[in-house]
Amino acid sequence: MTLAALPPSALASRLCGDGLVLRTGPFVFRLRSPLPVVAQGVAAMYADHAELPAATLADFDVQIAGAGGLRRWVRRQSRFVFDGRAVFDPLPAAHGYALLEWAMNWCISSHAHQFLIVHAAVIERGGLAAILPAPPGSGKSTLCAGLVNAGWRLLSDELTLIDMRDGRVWPLCRPVSLKNESIEVIRHFAPEARFSRITLDTAKGRVAHMRPSAEHLARVDEPARARWIIYPRYAAGQAITMRPRARAAALVDLARNAFNFALQGEAGFDRLCQLVQDCDCADFEYSRLDEAVQMFDRLVSA
Amino acid sequence: MRSARLTALLGGQGDWMLSDPAWEQVLGQARRSNLAARLARTVGRRQVVVPERIGLHLAAADKVQRRAAQAMRVEAMRLVGLLHQAGIPVVLLKGAAYLMADLPPAQGRLFGDIDLLVARADLARAESALLGGGWIASDLGRYNQRYYREWMHEIPPLVHVSRGSIVDLHHTIAPPTSVFRVDGAALLGASRSVAAAPGCAVLQPTDMVLHSAVHLFTDGEFEQGLRDMLDLHDLLHHFGHSEPAFWPALLDRAAQLGVQRPLYHALHHVERLFGPVLPDPLRRRANELRPPTLPRLLMAWLLAVALRPPHPSCRQPGDGLARWLLYVRSHWLRMPVYLLLPHLLRKAWMRRFPDRASKQQAAGPVA
Repeated sequence: MTLAALPPSALASRLCGDGLVLRTGPFVFRLRSPLPVVAQGVAAMYADHAELPAATLADFDVQIAGAGGLRRWVRRQSRFVFDGRAVFDPLPAAHGYALLEWAMNWCISSHAHQFLIVHAAVIERGGLAAILPAPPGSGKSTLCAGLVNAGWRLLSDELTLIDMRDGRVWPLCRPVSLKNESIEVIRHFAPEARFSRITLDTAKGRVAHMRPSAEHLARVDEPARARWIIYPRYAAGQAITMRPRARAAALVDLARNAFNFALQGEAGFDRLCQLVQDCDCADFEYSRLDEAVQMFDRLVSA
Repeated sequence: MRSARLTALLGGQGDWMLSDPAWEQVLGQARRSNLAARLARTVGRRQVVVPERIGLHLAAADKVQRRAAQAMRVEAMRLVGLLHQAGIPVVLLKGAAYLMADLPPAQGRLFGDIDLLVARADLARAESALLGGGWIASDLGRYNQRYYREWMHEIPPLVHVSRGSIVDLHHTIAPPTSVFRVDGAALLGASRSVAAAPGCAVLQPTDMVLHSAVHLFTDGEFEQGLRDMLDLHDLLHHFGHSEPAFWPALLDRAAQLGVQRPLYHALHHVERLFGPVLPDPLRRRANELRPPTLPRLLMAWLLAVALRPPHPSCRQPGDGLARWLLYVRSHWLRMPVYLLLPHLLRKAWMRRFPDRASKQQAAGPVA
């Protein structure tokens, strides 16, 4: 049964009780929170996810708790608690759902070392994956959100999971996080896409999440082969360009942007070498999403 | 009281036939106690069949631990090299010692700060030698610096400028102001060099156990309580088999250094959690270490709470009170009241007015 079929009261009581268990990509999460803003966000963004039985073995038990003491009434807070330990600094209660998404990312990037995990968006078409690593503010998530509404399959907007055994890229298929102007850009570009409520005044500005499509979710067990590594940069008013990048430079950059490269040791280095060898690497500048989509379509047909 | 599932499994007394929810709980307890890699080794050694999901987590934790051990080895050799160049005898303590001497507790153990012991007279020279290698005093403020240097058995932690590794430089194993005044020179004098790691020295077996016991007994936080118990358990088993006359020597040495009570509690809780270790002929002698009934029962309760994994599944009513009492007690043991009260007032003031405290420190002359 999907979450969409679960009445809001049942969802809330799961979140307040033994937890709501759901699978995103290779991971099973147990989510718990007494905060209405979290229940509301989960209902909206995970509507097409299946609810798993409460006794399912979960990888991560993520709790978004309220705060105790005076904070229960005045300037209410949300806190991420993992295995009974508070992990990040508390945020305002209204940021609860955004905090949940960050917390889930943290769980994966700090524990799932069966993967080499790169901080990058990743999308797929025809079994081939395009990895989009880039610093925050470069328009990586916007481009990813645009492309997954234009024929590409969403693997992940934040965490590229590279299987240490064979280099295949695994889907996470979680809500796509959009910031500030990107929210309106994607609303305009893909009117049919479903968004969470906007969280105001976070450290990253305004944040909204876009629900992954049911069609992409259904293919969550299909990994892809990396074929392109493309460094996107949004540059207002600039002409669109795609310039090849040296593989060695791509390798260094990927290593720097990986969460657990040092941890993987020599095997991690070999894995990355193989990855860049299998990929075309390029720097990509764009200012208009529709032009960017056309450029990516040409990659596939080439 | 039943001990936590994780404790039973790691101590070799648990039943490995677990349901999925039970496995999830054990994994949570292990992660929270920094013992997931230890669990991985135990599972591997006993060839336990685990659910696939658990297997992935254990393999990942094992990867993290092996990398940490490798980094610790490199750092320890660098530190030992620096101090040797300066002609300062040094002894590795705790995690670094277990690792470099290849002792059983190092298996699957994570490492925190690097603990070193030098003679008190060598402290200043050792600090400047380490400075030459990039380890600098962390900025704790003037009061905290003085607190460490005047009252503690170690100087403030030294942090490496680029690698971030932290060194605790000790001149003995318990604060000189505490009820346990252990002579650092006696420990250094009896230290042993490690055959496998040139230049490295560690405490002799009895002292290694006693240090671990004193540390456990005087600590106020107990974040690593269960890990420390496993260290003790492994050391006792290992030395009990490998060192001739280890047990009588341990009891003698405890009396000589004046740390009978920590040893009593350590033995009591190791046996409570993991089963008997003491050879029977020595049980009567060990019982003579027993403190009077009331403090003994109180400590038994407090430590029983503190040594459970700090995971929600292990919480019981009264835990908060027990942990608070232990915290207060750790200060009580550390200093006499006439030093303790001004110190706690000062700390409370600094917490309440952090800005004023730091301004005052910035304006004051450098000590």
